[in-house]
Amino acid sequence: MDLKDWFASRQKRREIQEVITQPLTTEEYCALWKQCFQCRELLYTRDLRTNLDVCPKCDYHFRIGALDRIEQLADENSFEELDADMRSSDPLNFFDTEAYTKRQDEASRKSGLREAVLTGICKIEGQTTALGCMDFGHFGGSMGSVVGEKVTRLTEAAIERKSPLIVVCSSGGARMQEGILSLMQMAKTSSVLKSFSDAGGLYISILTEPTFGGVTASFAMLGDFIIAEPGARIGFAGRRVIEQTIRQKLPADFQTAEYLLKHGQVDMVVSRNKLKATLARLITFHQSSASELEIEDNSSENSNGQGSSEPKPLGARN
Amino acid sequence: MATDKKPIPLEFEQPLAILAQNMDALEKQLSDNPELEADLDRMQEQYSSLKRSLYLNLRPIDHLAIARHPQRPYTRDYFAAWDPNWIELHGDRKGVDDAAMVGGLLELDGIKVVAVGTQKGRTLRDKQQCNFGMPQPEGYRKALRLFRHANKFKLPILCLIDTQGAYPGIAAEEHNQSQAIAENLMELAGVTVPVVAAITGEGGSGGALAIGVANRILMLEHSVYSVITPEGCASILWRSNDKVSEACQAMKMTAKEILQLGVIDQVIKEPLGGAHHDHQSVAANLKIAIVEQLQELLKLSPQEVRQHRQDKFRAFGSFR
Repeated sequence: MDLKDWFASRQKRREIQEVITQPLTTEEYCALWKQCFQCRELLYTRDLRTNLDVCPKCDYHFRIGALDRIEQLADENSFEELDADMRSSDPLNFFDTEAYTKRQDEASRKSGLREAVLTGICKIEGQTTALGCMDFGHFGGSMGSVVGEKVTRLTEAAIERKSPLIVVCSSGGARMQEGILSLMQMAKTSSVLKSFSDAGGLYISILTEPTFGGVTASFAMLGDFIIAEPGARIGFAGRRVIEQTIRQKLPADFQTAEYLLKHGQVDMVVSRNKLKATLARLITFHQSSASELEIEDNSSENSNGQGSSEPKPLGARN
Repeated sequence: MATDKKPIPLEFEQPLAILAQNMDALEKQLSDNPELEADLDRMQEQYSSLKRSLYLNLRPIDHLAIARHPQRPYTRDYFAAWDPNWIELHGDRKGVDDAAMVGGLLELDGIKVVAVGTQKGRTLRDKQQCNFGMPQPEGYRKALRLFRHANKFKLPILCLIDTQGAYPGIAAEEHNQSQAIAENLMELAGVTVPVVAAITGEGGSGGALAIGVANRILMLEHSVYSVITPEGCASILWRSNDKVSEACQAMKMTAKEILQLGVIDQVIKEPLGGAHHDHQSVAANLKIAIVEQLQELLKLSPQEVRQHRQDKFRAFGSFR
């Protein structure tokens, strides 16, 4: 190596170092680090993600979107989406300070989703399950015609497949921009859940931060099991509305998952890292009636009828 | 019923009220000056034409004002007018009797029904007892047990709705208001008897729907039905309390608009100016409509009537 070259490479190395030591922009910084809302701990985003968006220090459960939720609950690549293209129309020609159609586009741009719920059929620890996940990031997770219709169709799909149904709720309530039709979605979803229940289906409702209004007062509260995530705020009327109505300050833990547990409204509060296992266990526990379906499925797949030799899920009773 | 009392004029009726006052004053002078008779006649004509034009061009917020009129007939008025011997049934069987939800057994032209309805209360004391027509979860559970009773004894269900919504309070949340409403929605979807609901005043949100999952839904002409109170909508979407009128307009909450959206089946006419002008005739008209609907629904088999209701609600929604 020539001395000149040595100096040149030294110079280059210094330049690279300078680039690295330049401070990060706020955006880059936020993408890399997150601060826990509860304990104020700075968390490395990648670590947070591997920990299912739960603060490793104080167990604070960050809000997560529908896609992340599906990734956490469904077996890898098993989720097949239903009604992916369904979009809201604007039945009332609603206009407040902006047109509803414009607000929809804006919501989609922000969330990357078409609507506030993703529905589909997936496997959870190998068991076929109808899964719906709401996303608060899209239009506040509000329930309009599409959310109601997608949940209804998902339930119908579960009836048809005789599979259990799981809905992860996260919603500010009914979508005002669709007026009375939004309200009717409460009745529509409850009605189809009645058919599902009569058909012997198992429905597990998961309440996550936050679940309010028309969603709580319909399918969220109709689960055979209702599971809440730690710290999630769940209720019918919002805190501010209640405070204004009764002109009183409310206790700090009012409407939290733990408060609901104390008042007998949910079966259990389950941490995110135990959620999938809990769901799988609940499903297998109630498998006896659904096991017919498994045999049917297998026989159609294997023409030589080896279906019955498939291992049965743990705890299945025939 | 409170028909003998003079109707209290609403804000948009003020011009009419002033004219009426002038007419009264003129009438007093009539005995001294008989020549005023022609004036009085003219004023009378003016009064009725103003009244007609006023009520022909009501804004949504005017309908809301009529729907909330303090002299509007309430559930107990209707029950008493329809069947003076109706039997009231109290309590949710679990510890509470919510006065905001009235329930009982009624006979309408020979058809026996189990009836429930929200009650607003007339006097201040009444109002407090009825919580201004906003039921607690216990009220919905009272309705629920009556729905089950009706289903067991194959009696049709009649629901009268006049509420701003379910009560938002600490106890209501503690006792799980959401679950109470959701359970009612599910139960009503599943009963095998005819269900007819009528919105007689305000149909406010989930609290109204909890007794509104019916085969046939009727609305009085000036009643309203909405997903949230217009005040709530204005404060959330416009972040302002003075945009209530805009919210009323945007939400399409009047009987006529809801009919156009296909959510209800029939609009019942009210006397000019609203139901509070003539309790007797409103009660009679509403009864005729309810009985007609019941008679038709009673022709269906239990399975059919249930299917009819489920199909009806299955179809609601607008998407592409």
